[in-house]
Amino acid sequence: MQTSRLPAYVDILIIPFLNLLTALFVAGIIIAIIGENPFTALSVMLKGAFIYKGGLGYTLFYTTNFIFTGLAVAVAFHAMLFNIGGEGQAAMGGLGIGLVALSLGGVIPAPFVILLAIMGSALFGAFWGVIPGYLQAKRGSHIVITTIMFNFIASSILIWLLAGMLMAPNQMSPETVSFADGVMLFKIHEILNSMGFSVARSPLNISFALALLCCFAVWVLIWRTRLGYRIRATGFSTKASTYAGYRPEWIIILVMAISGGLAGMMAVNEILGVQHRVILNFTSGYGFTGIAVALMGRNHPVGIIFASLLFGALYQGGAELDFEFQTITRDMVVMIQGLIILFSGALAYMFNPILERFFSANTPQKEMLDG
Amino acid sequence: MADFWFQFLLALDSTLRVATPLIFAAMAGIFSERSGIIDISLEGKMLMAAFVAAAVAYGTGSPWIGALAAIIVSVLAGLLHGFACIIHRGNQVISGLAINILASGLTVIIGIALFRQGGQTPTLPKSARFNSIELPFAQYVADNIPILGVVYKELISGHNILVWLALASVGITYYILFKTTFGLRLRAVGEKPEALDSAGISVSKMRFQAIIIAGILCGLAGVYLSTATGAGFVKEMTAGKGYIALAAMIFGKWRPVPALYACLMFGFLEAVAARVQGAEFPIIGEISSDLLLALPYVLTVVLLAGFIGGVSPPRAIGQPYIKER
Amino acid sequence: MSLNITKQNGGESPPFAVSLKDICKRFGPVRANDSISLDVLSGTIHGIIGENGAGKSTLMSILYGFYQPDSGQIELDGISSAFKQPSEAIAMGIGMVHQHFMLVPNFTALENIILGAEGQKGLRTGLQLAREKLQELSQTYGLEVELDSITEELPVGIQQRIEILKALYRGARVLILDEPTGVLTPQETDQLFEILKALKSEGVTILLITHKLHEVMAITDVVSVMRQGKLVAHTKTNDTSPEWLAEQMVGRSVLVNSQFAPGKPDKIALSAHNVCVSDKRGFNSLKSVSFELSEGEILGVAGIAGNGQSELLSVLSGIIKPAIGAFAIGENLFNSSQPADPAFLRQLGIAHVPEDRHAEGLILQFQAFESSVLGYETNPKLGRNLLTDPNIIKEHCSELMNSFDVRPPNPKLLSSQFSGGNQQKLVLAREISSMPKVLLVGQPTRGVDIGAIEFIHNTLIKMRDRGCAILLVSVELEEILSLSDRIMVMNAGEVVGTVDKLDATKSMLGKMMSGIATGAASASSASASPELTIPNLKGGM
Repeated sequence: MQTSRLPAYVDILIIPFLNLLTALFVAGIIIAIIGENPFTALSVMLKGAFIYKGGLGYTLFYTTNFIFTGLAVAVAFHAMLFNIGGEGQAAMGGLGIGLVALSLGGVIPAPFVILLAIMGSALFGAFWGVIPGYLQAKRGSHIVITTIMFNFIASSILIWLLAGMLMAPNQMSPETVSFADGVMLFKIHEILNSMGFSVARSPLNISFALALLCCFAVWVLIWRTRLGYRIRATGFSTKASTYAGYRPEWIIILVMAISGGLAGMMAVNEILGVQHRVILNFTSGYGFTGIAVALMGRNHPVGIIFASLLFGALYQGGAELDFEFQTITRDMVVMIQGLIILFSGALAYMFNPILERFFSANTPQKEMLDG
Repeated sequence: MADFWFQFLLALDSTLRVATPLIFAAMAGIFSERSGIIDISLEGKMLMAAFVAAAVAYGTGSPWIGALAAIIVSVLAGLLHGFACIIHRGNQVISGLAINILASGLTVIIGIALFRQGGQTPTLPKSARFNSIELPFAQYVADNIPILGVVYKELISGHNILVWLALASVGITYYILFKTTFGLRLRAVGEKPEALDSAGISVSKMRFQAIIIAGILCGLAGVYLSTATGAGFVKEMTAGKGYIALAAMIFGKWRPVPALYACLMFGFLEAVAARVQGAEFPIIGEISSDLLLALPYVLTVVLLAGFIGGVSPPRAIGQPYIKER
Repeated sequence: MSLNITKQNGGESPPFAVSLKDICKRFGPVRANDSISLDVLSGTIHGIIGENGAGKSTLMSILYGFYQPDSGQIELDGISSAFKQPSEAIAMGIGMVHQHFMLVPNFTALENIILGAEGQKGLRTGLQLAREKLQELSQTYGLEVELDSITEELPVGIQQRIEILKALYRGARVLILDEPTGVLTPQETDQLFEILKALKSEGVTILLITHKLHEVMAITDVVSVMRQGKLVAHTKTNDTSPEWLAEQMVGRSVLVNSQFAPGKPDKIALSAHNVCVSDKRGFNSLKSVSFELSEGEILGVAGIAGNGQSELLSVLSGIIKPAIGAFAIGENLFNSSQPADPAFLRQLGIAHVPEDRHAEGLILQFQAFESSVLGYETNPKLGRNLLTDPNIIKEHCSELMNSFDVRPPNPKLLSSQFSGGNQQKLVLAREISSMPKVLLVGQPTRGVDIGAIEFIHNTLIKMRDRGCAILLVSVELEEILSLSDRIMVMNAGEVVGTVDKLDATKSMLGKMMSGIATGAASASSASASPELTIPNLKGGM
């Protein structure tokens, strides 16, 4: 990452906004090329995401997934580690939930099962993050390649288990039996309805609160704890970290544990919140979307909440596109996601020279480097 | 026994078919990464090429025009990668990932817009595909010469031109990399770009050239999937083959011939996995084909961690070249 | 400004191989080359000496076409030339052997030599033709290299020969060598000099960049001295002495006139016994260093940069572990099997102001208040339990800034936004605020403005008078002379000798630093052999 010479607000607000705008602009052109009106598409998506009945609930449900995977990527980024293994870590998190819920469900009271299952998801995810972390820190393997490979390995393990040992009897599809009664999270609409508000059905559940709690926890961790201080110091300068005595290898391993744990908890929303059994491919690319979320949210929990909301709206609105248009489907969302990763990730600094010229013309030079 | 032998032969035959796109993509990866550019966008370029090949072949009726269009698109995707990582010094992994995701979205969107078949292209007629080439006297030889005759018919004959091209690409890659001036410079730029720069040769130019070659090879991999072995494009039809090719390239330590072996080994695993599903073996019992399919990834991780011999990637890989003081 | 120019040829202008006229180059606010004019006679070995950062390498990179000068001209054999890139300089017969070799590690020697100059006839023919031509070259100049060996498996000295061959293969008539002996053993250095002499006798002009004075004296015909981007002296080698050159190099820019009262050494705070450090290649950067440091004294470590001082600081601060030997702080003994770790040493009261404040001392992307607790974030005053409280840290930083006069006193600015002097004051403030028993200081005033220098010096003396034991590593001789109570001189990873401040003169130190004098005669009785006087090592070893 290069150090920017721009005012902080430009870096935090204007650049991400410009990048997003560029991505949406390109997406708009593509929609126009295939013969649809991009503005109609946008309004359909917005309505689908926020206005139609239950739309907001679905939007926030997807948002929850993205907060978890976005936080996972962001925490690793603070140590300058690129964890693209969110997908596999989430899958393992689901397995963790499944193992706890299937073995303890009905044996001990449901609330305890839920609690242990959540811990299981974090632990399994963390485990799946720690191995690449260890291999990077101690054996020098490239974390990007290892985490990619671990995504595929996790997926194979899940297929193997769900089509084998854990497969529900008398069932054709690879999935487990449903969890015991009560081993599920409360839906927000149920809670609100019982309080007298009339709210449409949606899969939104209390994992959303857990996700927000994790945002707060990550904020505290990174900016308010000694460990977070060390993580950031190590990310910026391994040499300074060694000088200060922080042992960069251990920081890397620890960060990958935290990152993997967060990704693993995405399964809480999908498995414990909605499916109540472990199914295949429940991660459906959310782990990769986490990268776009973290890039857009500039690795800050607040930014991640907004970016997750954006992607949640894109996903839910994208589903609406399926109904309204013949030619546009939710694959449009995948493409937009790709464009956002391109413009706010790989080409993040494309606008810097232009903006630097613009702002240095307007602000006095106050730089003091040593001579 | 004879049946086992025949089955084995068929497995080898399908190994070659499965390995072909892996070989193309692995060679593409070698060109790109030997020049110092991480290329996880093999998958995306392959997917785009597969779509374009099928769409254009369907439109024009010619697989050759389809192939040409596919190669052009794959090269353009590569140039986008280069624009981000070489010119703007963006993160190579992020850029590659963006291309992969972009490809999986774009192919379906354009596919629906063009053909309204849920992202697929219409089935290609035989004339719009690369068909298998029966070598002369295959049937005659098989009937009259024991063992070798069967090998000739089942394993050697009956492949399409792209299979042969893929095998040839290994030799060509080897030749370019190790026997030409261009190859010498290419290898230098991935190891120590400043050595090339101080010798007065442009690092960016070398890297762009490498990326273009990688685009061509990825294009061929995609062409093979949709117009040779398949009869049209199907959503997400690469299904991780780009990543397996990446693994094979790493497994082959960024060298063409060992990478070919790795591709064949991974292809063989896949071919075997399709055959052993549910079969019981003496002593070992049932082999899970799912775990067998994960073996390439596990082996790559183990290799990268230095547990079986060491691997050393091109030393300058992933680092944007900045002239230092 | 030309001080001692003794080269004169009357009316007709001599055939200068290279003639630089008024070369200026800035990097941001740094004037790397400030109006440099330099003439190099054809067929001579011309030394260019100066401290790190004096601008030697920049000047040579300009000559080689790697950078373009902001202003000024280059003439080769009297013909005005301008190079946009190295290939143009190469074509004009300039070759350069960089300090860090520009060789592809896993290529053969032959492949490296022809890289970029393979010819038009294909690689195979190119390699064949090169092999023949190189045979000739190596016979002419005594440059023997096994052409088919893998470069990284060859000794450094041979790798350097590959670099030289590479330049000659391209037809270099002017050869620039940037710090060529930095990585060589003495034997390899001798061999290199033989080669250089052979080259010279064949009419090749050689520009030798170095900071090692005895090498300049041994091999050059003419020598130019650079300091802080300027050319400050220019003389025939025969007319000068290493002492005089050392003075020119180190310069008088640090005007420290204050005479500090001597310290009052008390009990031993730190002792090192036979400490050796070797890098991954097995090169010994520190060889059997022994000394002791008492409370209330400043032990200055003098030496030309790169002679083991950095490694000494790294060992004593726990960043690297000694290969052999040990050091002791109070009752605690550290060696290779019981290595020290920086965090633990901090708890024992060892503070460290590192040489490189940009890479180690600060985190440039951090705000000042965050950098102000680097390594000290566990201080219970700064937050409860495992938490840190930014407000308390900001206050803490403000206090540090006020008491050390860091300007601007704004804890929220990025660390990179302060000037060198203020960055250094911040680091010093952080390290001193922990009230250390031992303070390790590296290059405290490098890149620091004059005003801050005095402040930093006074602070160090104050610390000493409070009983702190200070190890001061500096390449500024004036600084060492002014602050130290005793001076330990290092050369090539070894302690040449230790002298008492009162006995030390600049010329004597200069001799010792340049490795000419072994220091045996000049080392005073103050440097009693530490092997015999380390009581607290006995138990541990």
